[in-house]
Amino acid sequence: MSFSRFLAVLASGALFGFGLALSTMVSPEVVLGFLRFQDYGLMLVMGGAVCVTLLVYQLAPRLLGRPLLEEQFAIRPSLMDRDTLLGAAIFGLGWGVCGVCPGPAIAGLGTGNWDLLIALAGIAAGAYLQGWLKDSR
Amino acid sequence: MMQSLFPLGWGHYLAGGLLIGMGVSLLFILTGWIGGMSSVFSSTWSFVSKRSFFQQARFVETRAWRLVFAAGLILGAALWWAWMGPSVPMKTGIPLWQLGAGGVLVGFGARLSNGCTSGHGICGLSSLQLPSLVAVLIFMTTGALAAYAVLLLGGH
Repeated sequence: MSFSRFLAVLASGALFGFGLALSTMVSPEVVLGFLRFQDYGLMLVMGGAVCVTLLVYQLAPRLLGRPLLEEQFAIRPSLMDRDTLLGAAIFGLGWGVCGVCPGPAIAGLGTGNWDLLIALAGIAAGAYLQGWLKDSR
Repeated sequence: MMQSLFPLGWGHYLAGGLLIGMGVSLLFILTGWIGGMSSVFSSTWSFVSKRSFFQQARFVETRAWRLVFAAGLILGAALWWAWMGPSVPMKTGIPLWQLGAGGVLVGFGARLSNGCTSGHGICGLSSLQLPSLVAVLIFMTTGALAAYAVLLLGGH
């Protein structure tokens, strides 16, 4: 990876991580408060993020033609199949148990919250199990 | 009404969300890459596992930048902590069994679904993908159910 790409990805990730921390999504208590209808802040976080990203995802390919450092804009793979829906259900169950999703599990480490390493290890183990099961079928 | 919907205030939620969107957007404008966060948990296994699932091109070819992106998340949160955060490390009152057990389901489900709150919720919705909208509605629903169920099990 070239240095310019490295910096581009690191800076993008830093904006993302700063936003996760500022919006307190790195606190499992806040996420669980949303899932228990006590605080609707998560809707503002997701809504705000989607407003910006929707504009950029839709406009950048038309206006720029290609990204500034690479050859082409990627298209997100998307399938309406059993795995997508069943996986979302299982993901939600876990999310409601721990209040941590993949982004905050990583970003939260930057706030010195080492308890999140347990969630991070769990997510890594779950991801391995998913690949292992796919392989052995 | 704002007080009952957002007892802790709303400005930081909106500002944080806009910044998250700017991070995903900057990645896209500069590299064209889609910055969902769950894939890194599969792609990183390709460094150590020879299994054909993890050796797929979509993981091997993206594993380096996904790790850098993850490092960026830690860096950004650390900048927030140094600048605006509490003087002591943050911690959580959620019991460790909830973090561990929930984490396993989060990792398994997000990878089976090929998306999480950021992958489906931000990148998928912004790509106007119907499967992601359905996935978001499903995980919000099962998330709420589990969040109440865990209280019945003596959780926090």
